[in-house]
Amino acid sequence: MAIEWYLVLSAMLFSIGFAGVLVRRNPVVVLLCLELMLSGGALAMLSFSRLHGDGDGQVFVLMVLVVAAAEVVVGLGLVVAMFRRRIPLDVDEMKELRG
Amino acid sequence: MNAASWGWLVLLFPLLGSIFIGLTFRRIPPKAAGLVGIAAIAAAFICGIAAVISLQGEPAESRHVADSLWTYASVGGLSIDLGIYVDPLSAFMVLVVTGVSSLIHIYSYSYMKSDAGYHRFFSYLNFFVFSMLLLVLAGNFVLLVVGWAFVGFASYALISYWYRREAATRAGMKAFVINVVGDIGLVLAAILIFRELGVIDYGAVFEKAPEVFTTTNEWTAVAICLLLLVGAFAKSAQMPFHTWLADAMEGPTPVSSLIHAATMVTAGVYLVARAHPLFELAPAAADVAAIVGLVTLLVAGTIAIVVTDLKRIIAYSTMSQIGYMFVAVGIGAYSAGMFHLMTHAFFKALLFMAAGSVIAAMANIQNIDRMKGFYKAMPFTAAMLIIGALALSGFPGTSGWFSKDEIIDFAAFRGGWYEIFAIGGYIGAFMTAIYSFRIIFRILPGPPCEEAAHLIETGHVVHGEPVNPATGEKEDIEVGYPGEDHHIAEQAMGMKIGMSVLGFLALVGGLVQIPGVTEVITHFLEPTFEDSPLAAMHPTVAEAWKGLAKGAVISVVGIAFTWWLYIGRPSVPETLRRTFSPIYTLFINKWYGDEIIDFLIVKPVKGFGRFANNWFERYAIGGLTNGTIAIVRSASGAVRDLQTGMLRGYALLMAVGTVAILLYFLIRGL
Repeated sequence: MAIEWYLVLSAMLFSIGFAGVLVRRNPVVVLLCLELMLSGGALAMLSFSRLHGDGDGQVFVLMVLVVAAAEVVVGLGLVVAMFRRRIPLDVDEMKELRG
Repeated sequence: MNAASWGWLVLLFPLLGSIFIGLTFRRIPPKAAGLVGIAAIAAAFICGIAAVISLQGEPAESRHVADSLWTYASVGGLSIDLGIYVDPLSAFMVLVVTGVSSLIHIYSYSYMKSDAGYHRFFSYLNFFVFSMLLLVLAGNFVLLVVGWAFVGFASYALISYWYRREAATRAGMKAFVINVVGDIGLVLAAILIFRELGVIDYGAVFEKAPEVFTTTNEWTAVAICLLLLVGAFAKSAQMPFHTWLADAMEGPTPVSSLIHAATMVTAGVYLVARAHPLFELAPAAADVAAIVGLVTLLVAGTIAIVVTDLKRIIAYSTMSQIGYMFVAVGIGAYSAGMFHLMTHAFFKALLFMAAGSVIAAMANIQNIDRMKGFYKAMPFTAAMLIIGALALSGFPGTSGWFSKDEIIDFAAFRGGWYEIFAIGGYIGAFMTAIYSFRIIFRILPGPPCEEAAHLIETGHVVHGEPVNPATGEKEDIEVGYPGEDHHIAEQAMGMKIGMSVLGFLALVGGLVQIPGVTEVITHFLEPTFEDSPLAAMHPTVAEAWKGLAKGAVISVVGIAFTWWLYIGRPSVPETLRRTFSPIYTLFINKWYGDEIIDFLIVKPVKGFGRFANNWFERYAIGGLTNGTIAIVRSASGAVRDLQTGMLRGYALLMAVGTVAILLYFLIRGL
C-alpha cells in the first residue's frame, strides 16, 4: 500500500482531534481530542519509519505514548480536582489566567 | 490438525467465553452464563486431549511444536512472535489446568447461585483460565510475561470479587502488589536473556544457552535464573513473598480452590521446569530454589498447625506443598515435581471445595473452634474432607503418597548435602499429617454445634447475619457480597459432581505413577527433559518402594498422633500451647512475616515519601519554583494584556501561527 493512505489517515486523525480541541468545551473531551492528535502524529511517524526501514520512528512513537500517558494522568488529575472543588467543567469558564 | 492448532483452540474457547459472558451481563439469565462458562472450559479440555493425542502420534524426538500467528514487534534485532510452544510439559499443564477448572466451574455453578454478580464471576473465571493457558502455552519469554501478568490481574479481580468488603479489596491489592514485584523480576530476566543470547523463543534460547554459558555458574546465567525465581516465588507464594496467599482467602471459595491451590500458584514450579536447561547451567540458582522451597514447606507447615481459620489452614498447607514442588524441580526431579503438582491440584481443590461446603453450612463462619459434629450433618462433605486429608497427608495408596515420596526419594538418592531435603521432607510430611487431620478431628466428630444441629433437624442451612466472617464488618447487601442463600454439597448437584470426580482422582490419581509398574507421567514428560542429565537419574524400583514404605509409616504415625491429641487426650493441645507459649506465639503470628516486610520495606518507603513530601517538596522544589515564579512575574508585566484567558483562543492562535510559519517556508521553498 502506498504511504499516502497512511498520511491521509494521519492527517484526518490530527484534524478531527484539532477541531475537537477548538469547538468542545468539556475538558475531558478536549483531552480525548488531544490524544487523537497525538495518535495522528504517531501514525505519520510510524509510516515514515516503515518507509525508510529503520526503527527511529518506532522509538519516537514509544516516547510519544509515554508522554501521552503522563499527560493524561496530569490532565485527568486536574479534571478530578476541578470536580472536587465544584468548578464547572467548562474550559471557557476558566479565565483566571487572564492578564 | 497438528498439536499447535489444537493449542490455539485451547486458548480460544476460554477467551471467547470470558468476552461473551462479560458482554451479556444481566442480558441473559445467570444460569445460561454459568453453562456457557462451563462449556467453554470443557471445550478447552477436549482440545487439550486432542493436542496430547496428536503429540503422542509423533516420534519421541520431535514431540514439540512451535507455531506463531503473527509477529507483533520486530525492531532492533528483536523479533517477538505471538507464538505458542506445545510439548509434553505444556500439554500436561494444559490438561491439569483445564481439567480441574472444568470441575471447579461445575462446582461454582451451584455454589455461587445466589450471588448477584454471577456473570461477572464466570467472566473473570474464564478470563483466568485463558490467562493461565496463555502462560502455559507461551512460546517465548515475552508472551510468558504477558500471561504471567494476566493471571496476576485475574487473581486480583477474583480476590476482590466481593468488592464491598474492605478486607477483600485490601487483600486483592496486597496480592497484586507482591505479584508485580515478581513480574518485574521476570521482565528483567527476559531482558537479560535477550541481551546475553539475542533470542527470546524457548527453543532458540535453550539451544543457544549452552554455547554462550560455557562454564557452570557463570554469573549472568545465575542472575537470569535468580530473576526468574523472583517471579516464580512471588506467584507461588514462597518465602519471602508468601504473605499474600493467606489473605487471598478473602475471595470466594471456588477461587481459592482454582487459583490459590490448584493452578496459578503452581505457575512458578512450571516456570522452573520449563527453564530447566538454564537452571542446569546455573546449579547455584537451582539450589536456591530448592532451599527456599524447603524453608517455606517447614515454616508454612508450622503455621498451618496453629491457625484456626479453616480456609487459611488449607492455604498454608498449599504453600507447604508448593515448597515440596520447588524442592523437586530445584534438585532435578522434574517429573516428580510435575506429578506432585497434578495430585496436589486434585486433593487441594477437593479440600477447598469441601471446606466451602462446610463454611456454607456455618453461614460463612470459618473458625474451626466453632465447628463440631459435621460428620452426622453432612456425610458426603465429611467423606470428601477425609479423602482430601488422606491424600494430602500421604496415606498409603492415595495419590499424595506416590507423589510426595517420589520427591523425597529423589533427594535421598542424589545424596550428599541433598539429604537435608529428604530429612526436611519427612519432617514436613509429619506436620502435613498433623494439620490435615487436625481439621478432620476437630470439625467432624463430637456433638453437633448449633449450625450442624439445625441442619440435621430441619434439613435447611442456617441463615446468618450478612457480616464478613474474617473482620466482622457489616455487609453491604445490595451487590458484591455472597448472597443470602448458602449452598452445601448435599443439596446442590453441581457441587456434588465436581467434588465426587475430584475425590475419585485424589484417591486413585497416584496409580498412574507406581514405581516399576506404570510410571505414565515420567514416560510422558521424558521428551521434554531428555536433554537433562539430572532427569535421567532414577532411584531403583527397590529404593523407591523403600521410600514409599517410610512415607507410609510417617503418615500413619502422624495421623494416629493427631487422633491421640484431639480425640484420645483432648486436654493435651491446650497444655502444649501453654507450655510452649513463645513458640506458639511465633507460629500463630505467622513467624511475623507481615511485620518483617512492613518493617523492612513498607516503613522505609513511607518514611521516604514523608521526607520527600515534607522537606524536599517544600524547600527544594518549592524554592526553585517560587524563585522562577518571581522572575517570570516581574518579566511578564509588559506582555500581560495579550493573555485573554480563553483556552480555545490560545489553541486557535497557536494553530494559525504554526500554519503561517509552515506556509511561509513552503512558499519560499517554491
